[in-house]
Amino acid sequence: MPLIEFQNVSKWFPHSTGRQLLRTHIARWFGSVHHEPFYALRNVSFRLDEGESLAIVGSNGAGKSTLLSLAAGLTMPDQGAVRVKGRVAALLELGAGFHPDLTGAENLVLNAALLGLSKRKTNELFDKIVDFSGIGEFIDDPLRTYSSGMIMRLAFSVAIQCEPDILLIDEVLAVGDAKFQEKSKEALVSFRRAGKSMLFVSHSPGAVRSMCDRALWIDHGSVMMDGAVKDVLDAYEGRAVMQQRT
Amino acid sequence: MWNGDYLFLIRNLVEKDFKVRYRNMSLGVLWSLLNPLIMMALLTFIFTKIFAQPHERNFPLSVLCGLVPYNFFAVAWVTGTTSVLESSALIKRVPVPRQVFPIASVLSNCLHLLIQITLLLGIVLVYGRGVNTHWLWLPLIWGLEILFVMGLTLTFSAINVYVRDTRYVVESANTVLFWLVPIFYSWTLIPARFKGLYQVNPVAAVVLMMRNVLLEDRAPLGSTLIRLVFVSIVMFATGILIFRKLKDGFYTRL
Repeated sequence: MPLIEFQNVSKWFPHSTGRQLLRTHIARWFGSVHHEPFYALRNVSFRLDEGESLAIVGSNGAGKSTLLSLAAGLTMPDQGAVRVKGRVAALLELGAGFHPDLTGAENLVLNAALLGLSKRKTNELFDKIVDFSGIGEFIDDPLRTYSSGMIMRLAFSVAIQCEPDILLIDEVLAVGDAKFQEKSKEALVSFRRAGKSMLFVSHSPGAVRSMCDRALWIDHGSVMMDGAVKDVLDAYEGRAVMQQRT
Repeated sequence: MWNGDYLFLIRNLVEKDFKVRYRNMSLGVLWSLLNPLIMMALLTFIFTKIFAQPHERNFPLSVLCGLVPYNFFAVAWVTGTTSVLESSALIKRVPVPRQVFPIASVLSNCLHLLIQITLLLGIVLVYGRGVNTHWLWLPLIWGLEILFVMGLTLTFSAINVYVRDTRYVVESANTVLFWLVPIFYSWTLIPARFKGLYQVNPVAAVVLMMRNVLLEDRAPLGSTLIRLVFVSIVMFATGILIFRKLKDGFYTRL
């Protein structure tokens, strides 16, 4: 039984997205606006089994983020089916729910609640999260006094410590200073060792190689290749080099 | 997908709203009290001294009975309408159930309602009007108003994602409502042929019933109460249905 399964998934966006105004709607009713939808994903199928770490590679705009959003349950596919089993923690954009006027501790609790933790569990994990973040005594200061590195560290700590079954990660390993990066890498390694699964989007081949067993290469919304990390990366990078030459 | 702790999340969102609002004000909660008092004094001055009308003995109190439910209604409706849009960062990143945002928004306004109700009841006592058994109706009346606003907010917060002009429609509607709810005039002043207009207006019903209880020492009118119960439940159910229907489209439109 796979933890995540995509079956012939397609997702498209209307081109006029972003201007949800009355006149746009009126224009549409009268049929004066016609746009081909933009396909973010086209007929994508893959599965993630228990204990597996899958890297998603592809150039900008290939559909990687849309794929993660679908896996996280943020949106529904327009065609096909997405099945997910277990609790997902999505590290899509760290600190999305943070408010600058609340203290670090208040933001921590709010973020834990957003990730679905109960009050008891939050109290239980509180010290561990603060400890991991290395924020120390500043935890009771308002977030606006934090450096951006500190905010990222706090957000990452909440997500990694909230004990999800599946972790969805979008380019967030470059968080904080070298020491914290080392720590977060270690946390991910022990997460994997605990037999949990990951979907991992990164542009860094080094990180992909060290974190994942399998890779999925997508381009313009379609799957180009699905296989062992080494093979997929070789093909992906090979193509990138070819494109540079031509 | 998201099977977390609903109540804990909503409580945290409400607390966040409250803390954020009051941490940036040196007078804090006092503003919640000052605003209706200023309006009450202003309306009393205008309608008893400048534009003098035949009025009741307890005019300031009568005005406050109108202002408190109206203010709550207007503010909760507008802030609730924009709540989904303002949480777009979260909606695009965290798979929380989307209805928590309008619900938390209304509930955080309920805290202000509570503060203002305390003020209102305090002033009722200052005016020398004692507590009576009819006060037991008050929680029900306010509960129905909250239910009605909740339904309205669910509906409009969802529509606002699709049509961003919605919030301005709501703001205009509130301006109209300020005049069409009997805030600074009493029910008896309304000509009989216009009374029907007020009978279908839930905010007017709430104001009338509060005056029944607090100023006239009697139970609210049964027919008005039943109508309010019906309208509130229908509005709430409609809100939930519309929100459920529209929420799947939020992601692509935010």
